Amino acid sequence: MSKPKAKIRKEVVPMPKQDPKQRSRNFNEVALGYTEEQAVSEAERCLQCGEAQCVKGCPVEVDIPAFINLIRERRFGEAIRKVKEKNSLPAVCGRVCPQEEQCQANCTLGKVGDPVSVGRLERFVADWEREQGYEISQKSTSTGMKVAVVGAGPAGLTAAAELAKLGHEVVVFEALHKPGGVLIYGIPEFRLPKKIVEAEAEYIGKLGVAIKMNVMVGKLYTLKELLERFDAVFLGTGAGLPLFMRVPGENLCGVYSANEFLIRVNLMKAYAFPEYDTPICVGERVAVVGGGNVAMDAARCALRLGAREVKIVYRRSHEEMPARAEEIENAEEEGIIFEFLTNPKRFIGNERGWVKAMECIRMCLGEPDESGRRRPVPIEGSDFMMDEDTVVIAIGRSPNPVIQQTTEGLQVTKWGTIVTDENGKTNIEGVYAGGDIVTGEATVISAMGAGKKAARAIHEYLMNKK
Amino acid sequence: MHRIVTKRELVSHINLFEFSAKEIAAKVKPGQFVILKVDEKGERIPLTIAGADVEKGTITVVCHEVGKTTRRLGSLKDGDCILDLLGPLGKPAEIRKFGTVLCIGGGVMVAPLHFQVRAFREAGNVVIGVVGARTANQLIFEDEMRQVCDELYVATDDGTKGYKGLDFLGDLFKERRTDRVVAVGPIVMMKTVSELIRPFGIPTIVNLIPVMVDGMGMCGACRVTVGGKTMFACVDGPDFDGHQVDFEELVTRMKMYAPQEKLAFVFYEKGGRSL
Repeated sequence: MSKPKAKIRKEVVPMPKQDPKQRSRNFNEVALGYTEEQAVSEAERCLQCGEAQCVKGCPVEVDIPAFINLIRERRFGEAIRKVKEKNSLPAVCGRVCPQEEQCQANCTLGKVGDPVSVGRLERFVADWEREQGYEISQKSTSTGMKVAVVGAGPAGLTAAAELAKLGHEVVVFEALHKPGGVLIYGIPEFRLPKKIVEAEAEYIGKLGVAIKMNVMVGKLYTLKELLERFDAVFLGTGAGLPLFMRVPGENLCGVYSANEFLIRVNLMKAYAFPEYDTPICVGERVAVVGGGNVAMDAARCALRLGAREVKIVYRRSHEEMPARAEEIENAEEEGIIFEFLTNPKRFIGNERGWVKAMECIRMCLGEPDESGRRRPVPIEGSDFMMDEDTVVIAIGRSPNPVIQQTTEGLQVTKWGTIVTDENGKTNIEGVYAGGDIVTGEATVISAMGAGKKAARAIHEYLMNKK
Repeated sequence: MHRIVTKRELVSHINLFEFSAKEIAAKVKPGQFVILKVDEKGERIPLTIAGADVEKGTITVVCHEVGKTTRRLGSLKDGDCILDLLGPLGKPAEIRKFGTVLCIGGGVMVAPLHFQVRAFREAGNVVIGVVGARTANQLIFEDEMRQVCDELYVATDDGTKGYKGLDFLGDLFKERRTDRVVAVGPIVMMKTVSELIRPFGIPTIVNLIPVMVDGMGMCGACRVTVGGKTMFACVDGPDFDGHQVDFEELVTRMKMYAPQEKLAFVFYEKGGRSL
């Protein structure tokens, strides 16, 4: 590929965003996306490296230089087809992938200036396609093999799409009433509009995948029953159980798990109550405990639901926060207050059983722990009170246990995750797993990568079986 | 979509529904519940399953019109559909031969209790039944219970039929050897029964359906303190040892959305579906 002759701009083309003052009171998408001109201009910055490092950073191996080159040449339809060769959920990934730690972290241009904004370009072509209407590539001839996918989250949908493209008959079973998993119940509208998740799920449906809602595998059918009806099963049940702090007062009214808070807001659209039936209680002062993306999402939702003051309470410092830099920045811009090196010890209720305050202790950072981050250590005698009328606990999620509990002989770790080999194969023949149910809580894209790998392994297994 | 095969008003504002749900019917066991959502904008509500007909492919639930969703459900007719139905959820009730089981049901929950009583009888137990309601004309499933129980007592809060209140249980207990107590009904009633039985040291099982959203362990809205530990009623229950349940906390948590529920109800009653 020819390298562009003109001098390369070191600065990324900025993406228009809603003004922080305005957006902190609505649920519309914050980042507005590139125009065609902006996308082409950003694409022109790509060096088209011979041995592209960016691709090595992508868990689903998108041919990044190729699709960016097609954008540069304004061949947007071909660009999205190039992306979709590897990634079935580009409009989602373009929005929520931590590109700064993946493809963009490896970008050669990043050594001298801003890396090429691969994520924004991916989002641009995905949105461009959705506006034009999807084009479905030719399906492979049917293999006559049937695969069940459990869970319609990022891992399951990706596995389903890959398997369908290979000619297998795929049925996805989802326990909630809408497909998308964390994309629909967890990530808020202003970061990932639900119509985009719906459209991507619809696209996967057009590939020939049947998605069945309101089916909880382990309750309605056991895994063993699925194996009688299908030639292989992929488990992508995710990490959906909320962790609590196990401190006194946690069951007071007004104390939410992040999962409950976000499910009410995102899946059930509590922000539109009473047009939608599901309510939510957000007071004047909201504290969100945790430092990950989920904490940022909950805090920014609380602000949009009318809270006067929203705090992130995190036991480590800014540097250790697991949330994406972009999300932390968005939260800061919107006026979220950060209380670092602080941890709640107990919650105090009023006479009606509602939380009114949180007793906290200050922390300092000690030696690094097994996660490599410095361990927070409480400072004796530093206890203080914080007045809060709503608290959201966003300290992580653990694996969904139902299939493990209802499947005899399935090998599970002490953390409740399912044991697999590097291709997602479990110890039960024909059963594969991937995503958070194997790794514990991780990212959308790593779950998609696992879904894709497992799909390849399932394909190989089925072809040998045949 | 799940079709309402039969809808019947049992007493004023208490309706019985048979939903077409073949797969749930084949799997459900007494004590389990479903989550249903009437339409696109609806909320997810838990309802305890009161029976199943495997051949017809239907499940039965009985529901009291207490708010917008249950009133809206009550406005549906035979042949109408609801959008989402998920189940069976929760752990089944522990049904085996205990000996003599005292089964106490209150309000709409007498219907799902009836489902349990049949199973207790099939497992070889003697079942003493108690059916209760606020007042005589709110009693449901009395005849059905009489048919399956070895003996049946009736109680109402206001004494308009049978015993007034549940205090008679103390005397009944002194007279009759009972190996297990099952109480299914309003929280206050389950609390009262648990306290009445506590001195006798007989296991008393209560069925808790607090506020739920997903009903499968994801949100924790339904958390209850049992024996000092936080449990999720949806996946760890809904049956718990009544002597270990923190009923006060449960009552408080059940009222968490009372103002919003009232608001939604008033809007609905005044303006129908849309605002």
